[in-house]
Amino acid sequence: MTEVTLVHYLILGAIIFTTGVIGIFLNRKNVIVILMSIELILLAVNINLVSFSIFLNDLNGQIFTLFILTVAAAEAAIGLAIIVTYYRNAGTINVEDIKNLKG
Amino acid sequence: MNNLNFIYPEIFISLSILFLLIIGVFKKKSSDLVFTLSVVILLIALGILIKFPSDKEFFLFSDSYKIDQLSTFMKIVTLISGIFVLISSYKYIKLAKIIDIEYPVLILASILGMLVMISSYDLIVFYVGLELQTLSLYVLAAFDKNQRNSSEAGLKYFVLSALSSGLLLYGCSLIYGFTGSTNFALISENIFSSDYGNIFGIVFILVGLSFKISVVPFHMWAPDVYEGSPTSVTLFFAVVPKVAALTVFIRFLYVPFFSLIEQWQSIIIFLSLASMIFGAISAIGQKNLKRLIAFSSIGHMGYALAALSVGTNSGIQSSIIYLCIYLVMNIGFFCCLFMLKRENIFFYNLEDLAGLSKNHPVISLCLLIILFSLAGIPPTAGFFAKFYIFISVIEESMYFLAIIGLLSTVISAFYYLKIIKIIYFDRPKEQYDKENDLGLKISLALSTLLILLYFIYPDSLINLVSKISII
Repeated sequence: MTEVTLVHYLILGAIIFTTGVIGIFLNRKNVIVILMSIELILLAVNINLVSFSIFLNDLNGQIFTLFILTVAAAEAAIGLAIIVTYYRNAGTINVEDIKNLKG
Repeated sequence: MNNLNFIYPEIFISLSILFLLIIGVFKKKSSDLVFTLSVVILLIALGILIKFPSDKEFFLFSDSYKIDQLSTFMKIVTLISGIFVLISSYKYIKLAKIIDIEYPVLILASILGMLVMISSYDLIVFYVGLELQTLSLYVLAAFDKNQRNSSEAGLKYFVLSALSSGLLLYGCSLIYGFTGSTNFALISENIFSSDYGNIFGIVFILVGLSFKISVVPFHMWAPDVYEGSPTSVTLFFAVVPKVAALTVFIRFLYVPFFSLIEQWQSIIIFLSLASMIFGAISAIGQKNLKRLIAFSSIGHMGYALAALSVGTNSGIQSSIIYLCIYLVMNIGFFCCLFMLKRENIFFYNLEDLAGLSKNHPVISLCLLIILFSLAGIPPTAGFFAKFYIFISVIEESMYFLAIIGLLSTVISAFYYLKIIKIIYFDRPKEQYDKENDLGLKISLALSTLLILLYFIYPDSLINLVSKISII
């Protein structure tokens, strides 16, 4: 059995983070997917912070995580609300149709 | 806890937000009252802030909150510009029918977030302040909820800003992991360039912050959001968050990351060069004035960053002076935009300005002065702002940056002068409404006079700013 070290957690965090960023840019279909990708990014950060916090033996990182969780919830709520108002005005939440403003 | 009186402005604003919400619930049709009260609240907060001048440095909440010259000065600038934004946009908000009680409350909340950001001395406090500011700005951008453009602007700003917050946080986590602390002073003691984690962390944090002040290549949200959101919100976006974000830039670069200046200096130089050139070139073909001012603000942020890249106190000071003059110019420009209305419809296109001087000589004169200043033509304040920047860049013998900056000033002068040509020499259009409310007139007159008469006594601003020293 190999020991699970800090590096493993960091690699996991990096993979999830990259998945989230790629999800935002490659997604051509639905805005909800973007919302999920943003959550993925924030959770990757949380993994990073908690593992650092444990390996440094310092509580600050876990407190930071709690703040991030709270803010992520608020952010998702506001994001959904904006998506609802957009849907009411435009009748679609297809990413490719969001192009009224350009130039 | 004997230093608690230094955060009275923040405490006062947060209690007032709760109070205003209660008024909004229990009193019918109170939106006008809430709007007036919010201006009064900002004035009182400004008074409290000025009444406790801090010549010394104070730390609160176990070193996570710092009161010093920089934070006090920037807070005063934030509050004053917030007040002028509210006063000048009152009529627009009424006519655009977005005067709800939430509007001033959200503005107050985002200003509170900015105040927290400005004084933060810890990654956690900084993050909480930043999110309070951005969450309010998402809602403000989408505030005109019956307009497709406004909600589209809100959606775009939400997605890109949330992404940038994510990048910034990832950087914060790396910095925390490799230095073992979230406090800025402790980070600056433990940060070494031998750890690649630190360098990655700095890059991520700089990318996240660049999103917030919209410098190239992280500018793509700015034109769309500026165009789509209601003009009063565009004014707010163009003015107030830049103060807080630039202060945070200064704090991050010069306190925790200062020992790694060789690593971040080239990044900042690249950002500044790219946004100066891009802002100058891409504004040329724009037809919409709000879009145009977005590109111009990208360029202006490039100049402000140029002075930050040099790594000296005089660079920081000239960057702060540049920011203050930029705020005055933008408030003046948007006041002119608010005056371009006919039968309650506002006009934002370049051709709507045609022949403005025939029917509205005063507005045209003000616009002329503001545009000259934006282009950096002496003796307006904009010239001095650019002059200080170039002085501090050349002092550190970074000639390349100065040359590119001068060239892009020349290029950008083209489109500012083109607007002046349209105002003065094109065939006049129909007349716009003559009467405007007092707040708008006062803001326009004040900003124009400040720009025009700055050269008589430039020492006043310089003396104020010269007390700020970070390094």
